[in-house]
Amino acid sequence: MNWELIFGQIKWTSFVFAGMIENPSLSEAIASGAGSIAVLGALATVVLLTVKGWWVPLWRDWLTSIDHKKVGIMYIAIALVMFARAVIEAALMRAQQLSATDSGGFLSADHFGQLFSTHGTIMIFFVAMPFITGLMNYVMPLQIGARDVSFPLLNAISLMLTMAGAILIMVSLVVGQFSTGGWSAYPPFTGIEFSPGEGVDYWIWAVSLGSIGSTLTGLNFAVTIYKKRCPGMTLFRMPLFTWTTLCTSILMIFAMAPLTAATAMLALDRYAGFHFFTNGDGGNMMNYANLFWLFGHPEVYILILPAFGVWSEVVATFSSKRIYGYTSLVYATMCIAVLSFAVWLHHFFTMGQSANVNAMFGIATMVIGVPTGVKVYDWLLTMVGGRIRFTTPMLFHINFLLTFILGGMTGVLLANPGIDFQVHNTLFLVAHFHNMIIPGVLFGMFAAVQFWFPKMFGFRLHEGLGRASFWCFAPGFLLAFFPLYWLGLMGATRRTYMWTDPDYLPWLALAMAGAALILAGFALMVAQIVVSVRQRAQLAAPLGDPWDGRALEWSIPSPPPEWNFAVLPQVTARDAFYEAKKAGTAYRSPAAYADIEVPRNTATAPLIGLFACAWAFGLVWHIWWLVVVSFVLIWAVVIARSFQTDTEETVPAATVKAANEAFLAAARATPGVSREREMTSDNRGRALPEGLEGRAGPASPGAAVEVLP
Amino acid sequence: MLIVIVPMFVALPLVLWRYRRGGKGTYRPDWEFNWGLELLIWGVPVALVVALGTALWRQTILGDPYRALGPDPLVVEVVSLDWKFLFLYPEQGVATLDLLALPEDRPVTLKLTSGTVMQSFIIPRLAGQIYAMAGMQTQLNLIADEAGDFVGRNTQYNGLGFATQSFTTRVLSPDDFERWVETTKAQGTALDAAGYAGLLPPSVVSEPVLYGQFTPGLFDQVMAGFAPGMFHRGTNHTDMSERHGAAGMAAAPAPHQGHDHTPEAAQ
Repeated sequence: MNWELIFGQIKWTSFVFAGMIENPSLSEAIASGAGSIAVLGALATVVLLTVKGWWVPLWRDWLTSIDHKKVGIMYIAIALVMFARAVIEAALMRAQQLSATDSGGFLSADHFGQLFSTHGTIMIFFVAMPFITGLMNYVMPLQIGARDVSFPLLNAISLMLTMAGAILIMVSLVVGQFSTGGWSAYPPFTGIEFSPGEGVDYWIWAVSLGSIGSTLTGLNFAVTIYKKRCPGMTLFRMPLFTWTTLCTSILMIFAMAPLTAATAMLALDRYAGFHFFTNGDGGNMMNYANLFWLFGHPEVYILILPAFGVWSEVVATFSSKRIYGYTSLVYATMCIAVLSFAVWLHHFFTMGQSANVNAMFGIATMVIGVPTGVKVYDWLLTMVGGRIRFTTPMLFHINFLLTFILGGMTGVLLANPGIDFQVHNTLFLVAHFHNMIIPGVLFGMFAAVQFWFPKMFGFRLHEGLGRASFWCFAPGFLLAFFPLYWLGLMGATRRTYMWTDPDYLPWLALAMAGAALILAGFALMVAQIVVSVRQRAQLAAPLGDPWDGRALEWSIPSPPPEWNFAVLPQVTARDAFYEAKKAGTAYRSPAAYADIEVPRNTATAPLIGLFACAWAFGLVWHIWWLVVVSFVLIWAVVIARSFQTDTEETVPAATVKAANEAFLAAARATPGVSREREMTSDNRGRALPEGLEGRAGPASPGAAVEVLP
Repeated sequence: MLIVIVPMFVALPLVLWRYRRGGKGTYRPDWEFNWGLELLIWGVPVALVVALGTALWRQTILGDPYRALGPDPLVVEVVSLDWKFLFLYPEQGVATLDLLALPEDRPVTLKLTSGTVMQSFIIPRLAGQIYAMAGMQTQLNLIADEAGDFVGRNTQYNGLGFATQSFTTRVLSPDDFERWVETTKAQGTALDAAGYAGLLPPSVVSEPVLYGQFTPGLFDQVMAGFAPGMFHRGTNHTDMSERHGAAGMAAAPAPHQGHDHTPEAAQ
């Protein structure tokens, strides 16, 4: 038996700690430190689970669950863990650039290259994507009055594939190096000739696992929205978050495929001597650039559209008012989704195509600004005639309107090829896309967490700490990224670990201060969650409607039962729950209950995820026995599952009735809380609707509503 | 563009103040549509895009890096390497590493290719950037109207030496340029295929290197090196060697000036 047969290309020097022993330096120490944190973090988790005896609950209640709500929460948990890593990497890079003016700084060029590659890859594929996917998972079925997504098991498999990719990227902290090719991994630099070793392979397989998961998610959600809407929920009665989920799902179906194709082709180049993107022998990297951005630009809208949906829900709820221009917003969303496939070339105006082609794509890029501008003004008009409460999600929204519109302006500038020729590949570009993604997507997701957290867990988040984190995040973002616009105009290139120009220093210092504020904001957000868990008794809002909500998800208890809706709701208008509250028909008992089928837990998804992770690890390190064994095991699990026929269990009508009647009785008995008292411990989740203060008393059970067969 | 931005910055604080809970604004929870406003929020951006789009089209054609800026341009061939640039002057017969000397006020046509990974070439004070890609040729036209030294660099990450991959662009008066050519010719060192091969391993050049002469056609050989077999295949390629840059784009004619008037390269 030789070593390579068993361990492939792993050597003892592959471990990050070997670098520290062989070649001690601050850069290596930081790499080893990060590796240690990954190892110790994993160990601490194992110890905690063992000491607390949480292994069984973790397996039984979470990992094997295919309930869309739990899947959604697990997605968001992945996003937050990965965010912690990638945001620290960002701060490290800023610190390096700040310290490097005279001395070369404390990070090696190679380490810096790995940092910007992992930062970008993680933020897009393992923070933004799981965050939006988790949120859509949790909220969309509740908003359309469904009991689950159309394919719950497939949903769990998507989650586990994404988790496998995230684990692979965490493993790269400890074993081996990561790619230095950036998140877009342009060949031929990422080809085997110029990037030998495991780095690019880590990128390829982590991203491939994530993108396959996202393709499956897109299919699943689109089918769910088309087929599982409750009676009366026509497309134009759907809440706007559901609309944006639909558009994003369609984009996922079409946009993830080019990425999977591109990573597969790059893998063939690297593993099997193909020449898709190599220098010479018929290879052409321009094909990669086109394929990658054919995914990459719609990806931007895959991320931003769900956030737009969140903003629509937040602004209507906290203005206590109907959304302005619902139809307009729907059409604008659809326009964006379609146009997003027509602008990819603006990522490489500088590749030498003719001026007409550039002009065409430049104008298409500007056109996409029209529906986006319409949406921004629709949100402003939604506030007109409302009663605005300045809650944490609303603060994020106001900040979004102001900063996003500035980012939009720089986007229109960049759409002009003449300007792009000057600032392409500079920090101006970096500032622009962070300006869109941070206030738009990331803060949108943070607002969504503040907004839906009480729905997920039955208690509100601590409002004071939420605001404190906002007041770190918002100015932190401005400080961290607006100086980069200026640096870009001064000629500072992206992905550069050191500059010698002393004029850059003050701006870099400002950016560093901004990064520190963002870190503080994140620390406060973590503190907010911890404090809220401790104070969950005071913050409890089990009656389900803490914000005077408008869509169906607020009509059920918090957290919702496994079956979501005791009886499928019948919808007759937009803002279904708000209309019910207004008409006085909310919290009425249904006439009858029926048995509910819910899917049984299954180990299928976590096993597939585990074997997929092992398969990818084997591929990265050329451990061929592991590749074969894990591949066979993946399909063995799939085949074994296909013989399982007893996949659902029945919740008897009596159980459903007992739970639901208890909830309804409690809701009716509790006096509604007015919006002044929203942030006090009086708020148990029974809202006194704004403008309907006359209905302060307990609701009457009323006539039973009709129940569908 | 400010027509879209400014109203938001003015109106948002006013709306927030007036319609805050407890503010003076009338509460109209069911108000959701107004045709006038709708036309305004769709109409203004559409009109703006029509105006900006027209301007953009004109500017893009005008600012096309392939558009020649005058008759009799000085042609310089640029080969991007790890982590340096090789400049070949076919007219003068000299070559340099990391020094681009240009005469003042004479149109310049840079023809770019790469001997390694893709790079992006820019001299920020003189022109925008364009990619240099192996086996292919791109083009950049510029005129320097002021003597002096300007920094040029690669902006596309290409490994450890990326941060320091810059070169000096030295714009000289026509007489000084002639003198510079003569002195360079007198340097004596020649760059041939073997010398070029010696430049391929990644390295950072601290001081510019001057070559008194170089093997004619070196630029085409560099491009052809990435397409073995393709050079002699296909139809009427007999005159290929006389046509600049034809080798790289496989069977397609290389984009000469005004590439938007020639058919796109057939791959």
